[in-house]
Amino acid sequence: MADTLFFQSIGELSGALAARRISAVELAEAVIARTRQVDGRVHAFNSFDPEDALGRARASDERRAAGGARGPLEGIPVGMKDVIAVAGQPLTASSKMLAGFVSPYDATVTRKLQEAGAIPWGRLNLDEFAMGSSTENSATGPTRNPWDLTRVPGGSSGGSAAAVAAGEAIVSLGSDTGGSIRQPAALCNLVGLKPTYGLVSRYGLIAFASSLDQIGPFARSVEDAALVLGAIAGHDPLDSTSVAGEIPDYRAELARRRGPWRLGIAKEYFGAGLDPEVGAAVQLAIDHYRKLGCEIREISLPHTKYAVGVYYIIATAECSSNLARYDGIRYGHRAAAAAGAVDLYGQSRAEGFGPEVKRRIILGTYVLSSGYYDAYYLRAQKVRTLLRRDFLDAYREVDAILTPTSPTPAFTRGEKAANPLAMYLSDIYTIGVNLAGLPGISIPCGFSRGGLPIGLQLIGQPFREADLLAIAQAYERDHDWHSRRPAL
Amino acid sequence: MNYEAVIGLEVHVQVKTRSKMFTRVATGYGAPANTLTDPVVLGLPGALPVLNRAAVELTIKAGLMLGCTIAPVSKWDRKNYFYPDSPKNYQISQYDQPLCLGGSVEIELPGPARNVMGEHKRIPLTRIHLEEDVGKLNHFGHESLVDFNRAGTPLMEIVSEPALRSADEAFAYLTALKAIMIYGGISDCDMEKGQLRCDANVSIRPAGASALGTKVELKNLNSISFVRDGIAQEIRRQQAVVLAGGAIVQETRDYDGQTGESQSLRSKEQAHDYRYFPDPDLMPVQVDDAMRERIRAGCPELPFDKQRRFQSEYQIPYTLTSVLVADRGLSDYFEEAARLCGKPQAAGNWIVNDLLRELGAARATLADGKVRPAQIAALVGLVDSGAIVNQAAKEVFAEMARTGQSPEAIVAQRGLRTETNADQLEEWCRAAIAADPRALADFQGGKDSAINAFKGPVMRAAKGKASPQLVDATLRRLLAGG
Repeated sequence: MADTLFFQSIGELSGALAARRISAVELAEAVIARTRQVDGRVHAFNSFDPEDALGRARASDERRAAGGARGPLEGIPVGMKDVIAVAGQPLTASSKMLAGFVSPYDATVTRKLQEAGAIPWGRLNLDEFAMGSSTENSATGPTRNPWDLTRVPGGSSGGSAAAVAAGEAIVSLGSDTGGSIRQPAALCNLVGLKPTYGLVSRYGLIAFASSLDQIGPFARSVEDAALVLGAIAGHDPLDSTSVAGEIPDYRAELARRRGPWRLGIAKEYFGAGLDPEVGAAVQLAIDHYRKLGCEIREISLPHTKYAVGVYYIIATAECSSNLARYDGIRYGHRAAAAAGAVDLYGQSRAEGFGPEVKRRIILGTYVLSSGYYDAYYLRAQKVRTLLRRDFLDAYREVDAILTPTSPTPAFTRGEKAANPLAMYLSDIYTIGVNLAGLPGISIPCGFSRGGLPIGLQLIGQPFREADLLAIAQAYERDHDWHSRRPAL
Repeated sequence: MNYEAVIGLEVHVQVKTRSKMFTRVATGYGAPANTLTDPVVLGLPGALPVLNRAAVELTIKAGLMLGCTIAPVSKWDRKNYFYPDSPKNYQISQYDQPLCLGGSVEIELPGPARNVMGEHKRIPLTRIHLEEDVGKLNHFGHESLVDFNRAGTPLMEIVSEPALRSADEAFAYLTALKAIMIYGGISDCDMEKGQLRCDANVSIRPAGASALGTKVELKNLNSISFVRDGIAQEIRRQQAVVLAGGAIVQETRDYDGQTGESQSLRSKEQAHDYRYFPDPDLMPVQVDDAMRERIRAGCPELPFDKQRRFQSEYQIPYTLTSVLVADRGLSDYFEEAARLCGKPQAAGNWIVNDLLRELGAARATLADGKVRPAQIAALVGLVDSGAIVNQAAKEVFAEMARTGQSPEAIVAQRGLRTETNADQLEEWCRAAIAADPRALADFQGGKDSAINAFKGPVMRAAKGKASPQLVDATLRRLLAGG
């Protein structure tokens, strides 16, 4: 039986749209109705604008009627994490600091999606300024996991994950600084891809940690993720860190790349703290690849143990500077009764930022301070180089690396909120990928006995997303985890 | 005890690019507030900087003109501090890997007299780096408003070694630096528009000592004269403190050019920790040999090199060269005129004495003026060939400056050509001798200068158009009985 409209894949929907079995307006209406039906419980959205979406859907239908359909994403609603600028729409980073701020400009990914005919849809909740792993650190309240509303959807892109899992969007965009796409994808039974650093423009993405941030898709299949990646990837003259290079047709490449591949397993990713059910599911996935004829090799990534420490130095250092612009002077929250500029800064920021953001700003300010810079920031950058070298050494032997995405399935709301360190460790398997600038994807690989999704992470080689997606699809093709839907 | 001053200057020079340093928005001065802005300039959420290559190339050009070493790799750092004129609350700058290292500025100290060249000296530079300018705060009663038009304008910081020893040297340094920047097309250096700004680090020490004294940073030196006066005042202030038995406090002082006094802004303890770190939004700048040599090929001759060349190549005096090389356009103008007429001294005289006076009176620039180098050359040629006399030439020049006509046309129109009819001249000379028997007697009595008494009447008769040499020769021939 076919899924209801809002649970269908891009392939199915674009076929139906092309055959005029449905219109983009009907699709948008289905997604809007679904959002109205469930978002009171899920709270994936900070806000959404049905009129705007319907207007864009009408324009899409008109283009199609005029023979100007723009490709497979034409008319597809794409949920937008509330850190990605869409002209005329709120841009809040789920922070009181940016409450009421409306972006005057489009992010490059927004422009590219529109050029592909897609409909930017809604403002999706996140941990404030993308800092967190549970989407509990939000000024608008926590997002709930559609698979179990008492649990977190992961984070920071929890809204982007929950929306796609709950049928409130067909696909969505998130951003990933230390696992913020892959971990919520794992916890919500989705495909989540963090592209190679530099593949997707960051222009118009609210910066958390500039050297780690990448925008990527959430989808309910590898093919959908490939289609969205193809639309948003590519060099952008407005982002100096974006890299020039040909962008392949990722969907077409899926069919062309059939393996077998050499896959690496690193013992450092299967140590203490790994939930046995997660470990078992990942082991089954590894066994499946072996059955497909892939060669499974033991590899070592010896600097992995430093990843969390290095990450929390580099990411906080960059964020302390990136978030300095939120000062109440030009835009955003301004304290009402400040006496003078210094007081205005202090009060506006004290009122505007939540506790996790403040904690990281303070950490970052500390590690960059005179006298500490060499011991922390500079040393962390050196270790980062070693971490990247670990991976590049491994890629002389293997095509990709298989790991769990998250050490545990979704945890309950409040479980780790009071313990920042426990929360930080939920990104232990995803952080290294950002530090090394590599592509990483999480795909569904089973469920716990309690019915919670489990994710498999595949880590690829720089700018070889086509291979990574093909390897992921080789597993997906033989399993139906990704086709399961939460009961809402 | 005698004290000597030790001065280092930090000069900020706005680099003359069409667009800002990290975005395509235009640079400019005097536009309505906050119109030269975009998401990047305003530091909106999600905006990213993209480097303006022209700003880098002009900075490298400045570095090459000043003899700096150009770093093969330099990088961008964030200088973190909160201030309302700073849109991101960090400034993109260069901390430990600037574009240019070393180099020097050649300066000329005041000579013993205006027309005598002073001593030349090289002031070594520490570095030149590139950064973005900040916005401007405007205060109205209890309100302050920010204009971000200036924010993001490329700004070079040229840092000298503490090698200047007097306020006069600082003045000479800035004068020379400004001339070089203008020569290179790197900046217009208009201090009123904030295109050149200067901070000075000043300390004193017992004359001949090698250790440095405690330094004071002087800010807001808004004109080259204020730089000189502010430094001179600061040296006097420090000497007075020390002579009174006090100690200099390391601090930043604000100099007020109107009152000639300075006030403490902040002490060392209040100094910022800028938390510099490499900007992750920007890639390092790589300058290879080919790029460096291409930029070097576009560097003009430096003013003092040109002055030395003018002196040796054209054999013209300091009084002319010092004026001609002060402006690159004027020196080019002179060279073209000199080349066309082959008489550098005469061309230089016309340009320095007549052309500049004329332009000054009309408040016009060289480009505005109607007199082109070819006309100067033609005028020199007419005088040199004897076709017109000096007095007529002055008239020709005035008319040329007014109308832009060629000197030949003016000479023809006004009938200014020298009287060359020998019979006519002889007739005027005979008449003059006959009219003044007393002078004739004096001359014949051996008083040679008595001949001058005849020249006035002859010139009057010739309406000024007779060649003085020809008049003299004719008179002598007649007086000798020829």
